[in-house]
Amino acid sequence: MAAINRDDVAHLARLAHIEMSAEELDRMAGELAVIVDSVKTVSEAAGDDVPATSHPIPLSNVFREDVVGHTFTAEQSLSGAPDAYEGRFKVPAILDED
Amino acid sequence: MSVDATLSFEEAMEKYDPVLGFEVHVELNTKTKMFSSAPNVFGDEPNTNVNEVDLGMPGVLPVVNKAAVESSIKIGLALNCKIAETCRFARKNYFYPDTPKNFQTSQYDEPIAYDGYLDIELEDGTVFRVEIERAHMEEDAGKLTHMGGASGRIQGADYSLVDYNRSGVPLVEIVTKPIEGAGSRAPELAKAYVAAVREIVKNLGVSDAKMERGNVRCDANVSLRPHGQERFGIRSETKNVNSLRAVEHAVRYEIQRHAAVLDSGQPIIQETRHWHEDTRSTTSGREKSDADDYRYFPEPDLVPVVASREWVEELRATLPEPPAERRKRLQADWGYSDLEFRDVVNAGVMDSIEETIAAGASADVARKWWMGEIVGRAKAADVDPAELGVTPQVIVELNKLIEDGKINNKMATQVLDGVLAGEGAPAEIVEKRGLAVVSDDGPLLEAIDAALAAQPDVAEKIRGGKLQAIGAIVGGVMKATRGQADAGRVRELILAKLGVEG
Amino acid sequence: MTELNSTELNSAGLIRLSAAQLAAKLAAREVTSVEVTQAYLDRIAAVDGQVNAFLHVNTEEALAVAAEVDAIRAAGGAAAEELHELAGVPIAVKDLIVTIGQPTTAGSRILEGWHSPYDATVIKKLRAAKMPILGKTNLDEFAMGSSTEHSAYGPTRNPWDLDRIPGGSGGGSAAAVAAFEAPLALGTDTGGSIRQPGAVTGTVGMKPTYGAVSRYGAIAMASSLDQIGPVSRTVLDSALLQEVIGGHDPFDSTSLTDPFDNLVAAARTGNVTGMKIGIIKELHGEGYQAGVENRFNESLELLKEAGAEIVEVSCPNFKYALGAYYLIMPSEVSSNLAKFDGVRFGMRVLPKDGPLTIERVMAATRAAGFGAEVKRRIILGTYALSAGYYDAYYGSAQKVRTLIQRDFDAAFAQADVLISPTAPTTAFKLGEKLDDPLAMYLNDVATIPANMAGIPGLSLPGGLADEDGLPVGIQLLAPAREDARLYRVGAVLESLLEEKWGGPLLAQAPALGSTSTTAGGSN
Repeated sequence: MAAINRDDVAHLARLAHIEMSAEELDRMAGELAVIVDSVKTVSEAAGDDVPATSHPIPLSNVFREDVVGHTFTAEQSLSGAPDAYEGRFKVPAILDED
Repeated sequence: MSVDATLSFEEAMEKYDPVLGFEVHVELNTKTKMFSSAPNVFGDEPNTNVNEVDLGMPGVLPVVNKAAVESSIKIGLALNCKIAETCRFARKNYFYPDTPKNFQTSQYDEPIAYDGYLDIELEDGTVFRVEIERAHMEEDAGKLTHMGGASGRIQGADYSLVDYNRSGVPLVEIVTKPIEGAGSRAPELAKAYVAAVREIVKNLGVSDAKMERGNVRCDANVSLRPHGQERFGIRSETKNVNSLRAVEHAVRYEIQRHAAVLDSGQPIIQETRHWHEDTRSTTSGREKSDADDYRYFPEPDLVPVVASREWVEELRATLPEPPAERRKRLQADWGYSDLEFRDVVNAGVMDSIEETIAAGASADVARKWWMGEIVGRAKAADVDPAELGVTPQVIVELNKLIEDGKINNKMATQVLDGVLAGEGAPAEIVEKRGLAVVSDDGPLLEAIDAALAAQPDVAEKIRGGKLQAIGAIVGGVMKATRGQADAGRVRELILAKLGVEG
Repeated sequence: MTELNSTELNSAGLIRLSAAQLAAKLAAREVTSVEVTQAYLDRIAAVDGQVNAFLHVNTEEALAVAAEVDAIRAAGGAAAEELHELAGVPIAVKDLIVTIGQPTTAGSRILEGWHSPYDATVIKKLRAAKMPILGKTNLDEFAMGSSTEHSAYGPTRNPWDLDRIPGGSGGGSAAAVAAFEAPLALGTDTGGSIRQPGAVTGTVGMKPTYGAVSRYGAIAMASSLDQIGPVSRTVLDSALLQEVIGGHDPFDSTSLTDPFDNLVAAARTGNVTGMKIGIIKELHGEGYQAGVENRFNESLELLKEAGAEIVEVSCPNFKYALGAYYLIMPSEVSSNLAKFDGVRFGMRVLPKDGPLTIERVMAATRAAGFGAEVKRRIILGTYALSAGYYDAYYGSAQKVRTLIQRDFDAAFAQADVLISPTAPTTAFKLGEKLDDPLAMYLNDVATIPANMAGIPGLSLPGGLADEDGLPVGIQLLAPAREDARLYRVGAVLESLLEEKWGGPLLAQAPALGSTSTTAGGSN
């Protein structure tokens, strides 16, 4: 398995939407390399015949009937919003001016 | 915004072979959302048709709406798909402010329905089979409104406002396999395919299926390859093409644009494109990039959906007759010509006519009213004919008034106007507006009945449209009334009696 | 130490009673809930400056609920009859669980000042039982850590030694209970966050079967591993609390529907005669502190004397458990924590320079709002899920989960209950492992397998390690849905140990308060 380097971390930080300074990238790359190295045996532990378990206790068909429940007022919805305008959440521009 | 070069459609077709693909998103009309009990309602006050789940608040968990799963299975069955015995939800991870959890709960490698097909009938009767790859369940995003800037578009906006009312609305995404061999009929096929999907979900009753409201949304993939080449060209994906006409135009435009790019020796960029109805063209959206690493993984907060064969068969038993088969049956039952029937379908009054006939009208009477009177009025009012407010009962009543000789055709149209103006039921309007054929007509009508009975062959000719034959009947009536009757009035009454337009 | 022997119902005596004892005195109207609640609030005021177990103290509401219970009891009649057994018994809540009317921070800056507009299901149940909520307890940020040092609001200190960690992530809940700041607390356990703090603070911590307690309203760390559970001073108290918070919840799709055996009855009628108790070969010995090992062996002897048969079982795939956990957990973390973006709730930070786009605002907010450990796990999880690595990492880890379940299945074919030390060491010093993530992760080596398999795990005090005089935890594990079995065995072991010690282990803890000369406050 490929070792994790600084560029990888920069790419992952972009995917994860976390701004990182050059020092942070360096430190994180070092730490992650150690962690990734320690978990690499996992990929060799189980053969192809072993099924994956995503839920510890298997259940299926857990449904909700199509019946309307509670709703929020706009005030409740926006109660924790960092910024709001006319009943809606306000966010900075999505894209830079082209 | 630069304008892209295009080739003429004919030239593009001469040089290249188009391959299409569609992703159609259908909003289900369940009462509640896919994963929360908040109401699935269009157009209310922002951020009020939500609860903590739809806002992605810390700590919330999803629970699957059973009705949405059943609607999805029905859609799968109507698209001739296999229904997965077991399927799961997955998380599609990407950051966008209209996506409250910054992941969309969707289905990835385990769709609920897969491997189907739809036979699409083109206008000339050619049947084209479109293979369906999959239909999967997912949730809709909230709605962004871009404010400030010059255009109200996303580029150059100062800020955006987010309303999460639509967040979590159940969607079924229907994905085709690559559609090859459509050739120059690709734009027509595109429109017919989306129309067929829309018709199917509407017929199933699982979606309101209004494209103008975004209930049915189409992303159209287009690529070109030189004739004879096996390998597909690079595709563009035109997003949110939201009317049938736009689907046709967008596919045509993209074919012309691709052809021009390829002709100039440039590579096609794999990207999303935005459709602009005003200029009938697309502009570049976002290039595919490594930011499209969605890091799908099975949604740990949900458990698998197991569709037992019994459940699937129960649902199959509830499916309505498929639209194409229904059309064939109705045309045969009603005895309309191909042309008449196509007009009825295109005018969108097939259902209304069916209901009117069910209410007691003959097929011809129903068609006469819907096609002759109501469609035109609906067009003038810019609404669907069915939404104009004319019930089948109104038509049956109007027709009875004519047959009983209480009013003539001309009056009947005035009565219809009265109905639409909200003046009440036809009989009331006849009275209020004083439209009834005056009682003095009584003796005349008796004489007319006698004259028609005496000359049935002439009556038949008039019914058949030979209006000049009416003279014989008018003459008979004048004779019987010793010339006291108004000949013009007599003529009107005869025509009304026979249900013939003057 | 004089207060320890006090049996009078003064404030100092009240706070040392177990929840079950408090419940009995409240029912007998020997004390009022307001007196009890006020005694705890006073204790918090007196010692929490040293311990830092609470992030928020809910004085007004707690006293109002207490007064309501007292009024109902005083009025008598049907309403008083219908009161829950624990009505009026106060409780502390880990600040990962959302509450209307109190802030919920998850120990993170990114949620500073945020008030949830809805209650977690367990909170609704506490309110229905009319248990006064004393406040919200400290934790490692988003429950990521084994020491509570990763809280954005400063570490919690171990009441046994204020220079040492109280375990984590639920160090606040465990320390609050150990320091007599609350008789009961709620915790959450993803890889040991209830049990390991229980072990190092000399308290009882129970991770119920996955799905036994609704997760709705517990801010998700790793959805397939998280479970809410009780923190207490006695096994019976945990059983009482689990009965309050457990049961099916239609808002949690992974919530179990089948009823469990009566947990309280199991705790009251503990019995191990003829039971097979399995030592997990891989979860003791090498890597475990000598004092931990000694106390563990002592517990085995006591159980044997009480009539249990001790057998040894092997779980060979446990060697992959920690690695698989550190792939699955961060993967789920990376997705679960994506919602903290400065759009709908919590803090928003603008980038220092450059264009003001939402992408950059999100990235700046997350950079400022999350601490180093949270970022580390998000990046690790993003990596494990990313294209090209999924099969090798996340996919393989899910397979290891199957192997661990198979190990447990085989082990439970040989034993009714499994036993191990809860943690390899006693409480370490603050700062000791802060710069070594791997060393920190190793604290959870014995607790993680239960989360991977969804089975219940109980940690109870096993005595003090000879070399440092600090508490050692004993972990009991049972098959899924057999939570009652843990309470049955746990109650027996607890009573045997207390008989040996001549009272509760916590009676041996140093006194806290203004007279304390412990080093905690000086550095």
